[in-house]
Amino acid sequence: MTEAPSRPVTFPLVREHPFDPPGEALRWQQQGALHRMTFADGHLGWLVTGNAAARAVLADNRFSNRTELNHPPVAHPLFQEEDRRTLPGFFLRMDAPEHTRYRRLLTGQFTVRRMRQLEPRIEKITSDCLDAMEGSAQPVDLVQSFALPIPSLVICELLGVPYADREQFQRDSAALLNLDSSAEQMAAALADLMAYLHGLVLRKRAEPADDLLGSLAAGGELNDEELTGVAVLLLVAGHETTANMLALGTFALLRNPDQLALVRDDPAVAESAVEELLRYLTIIHMGPVRTALEDVELDGRLIKAGESVAFSLPAANRDPERFDDPGTLDVTRPPTGHLTFGHGIHQCLGQQLARVEMRIAYPALLRRFPGLRLAVPPEEVPMRSNMTIYGVHRLPVTW
Amino acid sequence: MKINADTDRCVGAGMCALTVPEVFDQSEEEGTVVLLQADPPASMDAAVRRAVHLCPSGALSLA
Repeated sequence: MTEAPSRPVTFPLVREHPFDPPGEALRWQQQGALHRMTFADGHLGWLVTGNAAARAVLADNRFSNRTELNHPPVAHPLFQEEDRRTLPGFFLRMDAPEHTRYRRLLTGQFTVRRMRQLEPRIEKITSDCLDAMEGSAQPVDLVQSFALPIPSLVICELLGVPYADREQFQRDSAALLNLDSSAEQMAAALADLMAYLHGLVLRKRAEPADDLLGSLAAGGELNDEELTGVAVLLLVAGHETTANMLALGTFALLRNPDQLALVRDDPAVAESAVEELLRYLTIIHMGPVRTALEDVELDGRLIKAGESVAFSLPAANRDPERFDDPGTLDVTRPPTGHLTFGHGIHQCLGQQLARVEMRIAYPALLRRFPGLRLAVPPEEVPMRSNMTIYGVHRLPVTW
Repeated sequence: MKINADTDRCVGAGMCALTVPEVFDQSEEEGTVVLLQADPPASMDAAVRRAVHLCPSGALSLA
């Protein structure tokens, strides 16, 4: 083993190859799982690049996820506000037991069984998108015609958000996750989204509705501000994540035709293919942060109370100690526990929904358009290197 | 092999129900783990161990 870098590193964001983790993160990983890292505000904390160490920290309640304790890994207006309190309802940024109260209200709505019950509806939404695509002039942008509308329609129906209003909330959601947004743009997008969903919450209180926000409103356990915060979180999370997986995953399959053929021709492969694409692509570009509440020893190093820890999940998902031949896309690889949905009490609430959407959408797309191909050279596909969630801005395709 | 499921620690991620649906389910209301078989046959050992490993909240343990 070579010596760990003698100077603190900074958070790795530059992906030299569209499907691979930042090269720096992989090089550091060879030197150890834990590295000294300088955060954007000068704080000296840690970067985790190893799979086992990432799992350990994410599952350890001696590490907090509270906004006001966490230092920002990269300069980003969302982390630079003077007032960095956790907003009501933003349970992603809470520790137990506060977090537990929200999670308990929501987990029953996102069970494996409930998500499977949505399959017929997701199949219909998918085939409607494919019909529209088939009737369009080529080339089409796969993001706008397929990857974004499917999860967007699904999350809107599930939450009870009118899809007709999508132009506004899709724009706000994109601005919130753009690392290049100014503080003003960020604040405006968040205020817009909160005002819109606050209005919707008030309507749900007035007129009972048979959807998730309607049932939470009727349940009466959350006040208007809390319910609005939950709605913001679920709407944003339901959009950017699966949409980017569908578009980037399709790009990766188009560049790996043998893997594409397996997903298209063998229905039994869909499940492992989804897990492998989640692992291989790891769209969580700028990952979670945790802060030690007390001194914790990890990997022979001492993480002191108050020190923040950032994670390179793309590197952790390519850790050779955890995965054989981690740099190879193998859609038949047994699902083995990547960290793309996180780990610990904050592990993605919507992961079973995302799985069902991807398991239906990838094979449906590839079967409808067996001749699907890129309409531009691969190096001209614009990558989302500046976004919290990685992916492609556009994917021009033809068939 | 006997499985213990701590519903107080469970965050309803559903990894167990996804991995071994013959052994684990989720409650309708809270989404927390429901043990269908607390003492599954030895043929399921590997799958059950995988489910325990995948549990994000440490709600599952083996005795």
